Amino acid sequence: MTEMVSYLFLQQYWWIIVSLLASLLVFLMFVQGGQSMIYSLPQDDAKKTMILNALGRKWEFTFTTLVTFGGAFFASFPLFYASSFGGAYWLWITILFSFIIQAIAYEYRSKPSNVLGKKTFDLFLFINGSLGPFLIGIAVGTFFTGSQFSLNDMNHVTWANPWHGLEALLDARNVALGLAVLFLAKTNGLLYLINSIDNDDLINKSFNKLIINSVSFLVFFLFFLITLLLSEGFAVISETGIVVMEKFKYMHNLVQMPAVLFIFLTGVIAVLYGIGLAIFRRSRKGIWFSGSGTILAVFALFLIAGFNGTAFYPSVYDLNSSISIYKASSSLFTLKTMMYVSFIIPFVIAYIWYAWKVINRKKITEEEMREDGHVY
Amino acid sequence: MIENVDMSLVDWSRAQFALTAIYHWFFVPLTLGLSFIVAFMETIYVKTGNEKWKKLTKFWMTLFGINFAIGIATGLILEFEFGTNWSNYSWFVGDIFGAPLAIEGILAFFLESTFIAVMFFGWNKVSKKFHLTSTWLVAIGANLSALWILVANAWMQNPVGMTFNPDTARNEMINFWAVLFNPVAVDKFLHTITSGFLLASVFVLGISSWYLLKGREEWLAKRSILIAGIFGLISSLAVAFTGDSSARTLAKVQPVKFAAFEALYEGKDNAGLIAFGILKDSDQKIGEKNIKNFVVKIEIPGLLSILSKGDKNGFVPGIRDLVSGSSDERQILSVAQKMEKGRYARDILNNYKEAKRINDKEQIEKIKNIFKDRNFIDNYFRYFGYSFLKTPEEAIPNVSVSFYTFHLMVMLGFFFILVCAISVFLLLKGTLLKNKWFLWVTIFSVPLAYIASESGWVLTEMGRQPWIIQDLMPVSAAVSQISAGSVIITFILFAVLFTALLFAEVSIMVRQIKTGPNHKEEVQ
Repeated sequence: MTEMVSYLFLQQYWWIIVSLLASLLVFLMFVQGGQSMIYSLPQDDAKKTMILNALGRKWEFTFTTLVTFGGAFFASFPLFYASSFGGAYWLWITILFSFIIQAIAYEYRSKPSNVLGKKTFDLFLFINGSLGPFLIGIAVGTFFTGSQFSLNDMNHVTWANPWHGLEALLDARNVALGLAVLFLAKTNGLLYLINSIDNDDLINKSFNKLIINSVSFLVFFLFFLITLLLSEGFAVISETGIVVMEKFKYMHNLVQMPAVLFIFLTGVIAVLYGIGLAIFRRSRKGIWFSGSGTILAVFALFLIAGFNGTAFYPSVYDLNSSISIYKASSSLFTLKTMMYVSFIIPFVIAYIWYAWKVINRKKITEEEMREDGHVY
Repeated sequence: MIENVDMSLVDWSRAQFALTAIYHWFFVPLTLGLSFIVAFMETIYVKTGNEKWKKLTKFWMTLFGINFAIGIATGLILEFEFGTNWSNYSWFVGDIFGAPLAIEGILAFFLESTFIAVMFFGWNKVSKKFHLTSTWLVAIGANLSALWILVANAWMQNPVGMTFNPDTARNEMINFWAVLFNPVAVDKFLHTITSGFLLASVFVLGISSWYLLKGREEWLAKRSILIAGIFGLISSLAVAFTGDSSARTLAKVQPVKFAAFEALYEGKDNAGLIAFGILKDSDQKIGEKNIKNFVVKIEIPGLLSILSKGDKNGFVPGIRDLVSGSSDERQILSVAQKMEKGRYARDILNNYKEAKRINDKEQIEKIKNIFKDRNFIDNYFRYFGYSFLKTPEEAIPNVSVSFYTFHLMVMLGFFFILVCAISVFLLLKGTLLKNKWFLWVTIFSVPLAYIASESGWVLTEMGRQPWIIQDLMPVSAAVSQISAGSVIITFILFAVLFTALLFAEVSIMVRQIKTGPNHKEEVQ
C-alpha cells in the first residue's frame, strides 16, 4: 500500500514537473511571438536588428526548455512520448522543423557569406515565430479533444488515419487553442520588447500593436475555454482503469480541485492585468505580470488535463487506448531516481534568473549592441 | 508484436536517423573541445590582463558560436526522432533511456545555454572573473551533455541495470548506478570527449597554420598552436588509451562487433591485429552472406589476443564461431540456439498476454514468477531479440563498413598524435615557420579529423546491427508504424535543410577566419 501511494505521488509529482516545463515553454515563446512580427513591427532594418537582438538573447532558453520538456516527458511518461511522437508524426515533425530553422537563424543572419542571405534567415525566424506557437497549441489541444490511435497489448501505437497528427487542424477547438497560444506569444513578445528596448519609436509601435494582439488572444482563448468547460471529457475509472466519457469533465476538474481553479484564475487575472497595465498606463512592466500569469494559467490547464482521473492523451478512436498519467508513467524506481535529480531544479532556476538579471542590466540600444560586439 | 515489417520503412527510418546523427556529430566534437580551448585562453587573459589574449579568446569564441547553434538544431531533432521514428523502441526502453535524456536537459543544457549568453553578451556587464567562470561552465555543460546521451547509447550497446516487466511489456530500471557506470558508458564517454578535444585541437592547429602560411596573425597563431598542440597531444594519447580500453570492453560485451572490426571470421589463439588490409568477397558463405577475404594485409602477430584477452595465447572468437557456436570447452552458443531461446522467451510473454486476456489468475501468477527467475532472465530472456531474426547470419553486421571505419579511425588517431607532437616541437624549437610542408599537413589534417570522428560513430552504430538494443531488440522491431513514403519525404526535407545549413556554416566560418581577429566581428 505504501508503495502504491508513493508511486501515485511520484506520478503526480512528475506530471506537475512536466506541466511546469510546459507552462515555462509557453511563456518563453514570447521569443517566437516577437519573431512573428519582424515584418510588421520595425520600420527599418536597424530596428529589426534591435528587436532580433533583444529576442535573440533569450532564444536558447526557449529552445532548451523545449528540449527538456521532451526529455522529461520521455523519462516520466514514455508511453505518451512513444505514442504521440510516433503516431502524430507529421504534426511533431512540422513543429520540429520550424525550430531547427530558428536555431541557426539568429547566429547566421547578420554574418557575411551566410549563403542563404539575411532575408532567408529572417523568413526562418518568421516561420518559426508564427508556426511554432500555433502548432504547439494545436498539439496541446489534442490533450483535451483526443486523437485517433490505438495501442496493442505490447503498448505499440497504430494511428488510425494517414494524416498522422495533421487531422488535429480540422478541429475548431484545437485551432482556437493554437491561435490563442500564438496571440499570447505575440502579446508577451510585445510586452517583453517594451520592457527591454530603449527606443521610443519601437516602444510606441509595440504599445499600439498590443491592443489587436491581446484582443485576438482573448477571443480565441475564451472560445477554447468555454467549449472546453462545456464539453465531454475523458474520465478514467480508478478501480478498473477503464476510460469513459464524462459530461463537463474539465469543469468538474476545476471545481473539484479548487487549488487548481485558484491558480488558473490568478493566472488569467495576472495576464489581463499585465496587458491592462501596458495598454492603459503605458507601463513597461506588463511582461512581469503577463509572464507569470501565463505560467500559472498554462500550468493549471495541464493539471486539469492530467489530474482528477483524467486521460491526458485521449484516443477518440479507441477510448481504452487513452493515456493517463498512471498508464503512461515510468516505473516507481525511475520516477524516484529522477525525483532526486529534480531537486536541483530550484538551483537551475536561480542561476538562470541571476544570469538573466545580469544580462538585462542595460536596456538594448544601438550603442549597447555595438559595445558587445556579438550582434545577431 | 511486429510480424510483418516493411523493410523499406526500416531502411528509410535508419537512413533518416543516420543522416541526423552524422550531421549532428559534424558539429558537436568541435563544441566539446573548442569550449575548453577558449576557456584556457580566457584564463590566461584574466591572469595576465593582456588585451591580446582577450582578442584571441573572442576570435575563437566567434567560431565556437557559429558552430554551436547548428549543433543545437540537429540535436533537437535527434532527441525527438527516438519518438517519431522509433516509437516501439521508445516504449521498450523509455524507462531507462528517458532518464539520462531528462537529466541531460536539466543538468547540462540549461548550464550551457544560460552561461553562453553571459559568455557572448556579458563582456561589459560582468566582472572578468564572473565571465571566466561562465566560459568554464559552458565547457563543463557541453561535456556534461555528452555524458548523459552517451550513457543512454552505452545502454543500447550493453543493456544493464534493468528487468523486464511483462505487464507493461518494457524494460524497467532497477539500478541507476549500474546504468551510469556501465563499463561501455565509461569508456564511451572518455573516448568520445577526448576525441572531441582532439578534433578541436586539430581544427585550431589547422587554422593557425593557415595564418602562418599567409604571413598573418603570427602572434595569435603561435599562441593558439601552443595551446592546441599541448591540449591535442594530451587528448590524442587519451584517445588511444580510451580506445584500447573500449575495444577490450567490446570484445566481452559485443564479440560479433569486435570480430567484424578485424574481419576475423575464424577464431584463433594468438590472433594478430590487422594494421592495414583490403577486403574482397570470397566464394565462402555463412548462410547467405559472403565471407570477406583479404586482398592484402599487414598483420601484427598475437597483438589482437593481447589487446582483447591480455594474453598472447588468448582465444579470440571469429564471426563464424559466434554464428555457428562451438560445443568444445569454449561453449559458444550458436545464433540458432539463441534464436530458439529467444522464441521460447517470446512464447512465454505471449502466453502471459493471453492469460491476462482471459483473466487466468493461476497462469498469470505462474508466468510472473518465470519472469523473476534468474535462470530464465540470464539464459532465455537475454536472447529475446533473437526471436525476431529469420536466419542466423542476420546477426552479422556489415563487415566491410566495420573494418574500414575502425582502421581509418585508428590510423588517423595515431597520425594526429604525430601532428600535435610535431607542432609543439617545431614551435618550441622556433622552426615552425620554416617547415611550410608541415603547416600544409596540419591544414589538411582538419578534414581528416572530421573523417576519423564520423568513422567512430558509423562504426559504433553500424557495428551494433542488426540490434537497436544489443540482443534484446532488432531495429526492425523498433520502428514507428508510419508509411515509408512519409519517412522518405522527411528524409529529403532534412537532407536538403541540413546540407544547406552546413554550407552556410562552413561559408560563414571561412569568412570569419579570412577576416581574422584583428577586425571586430564582421556583420552584414
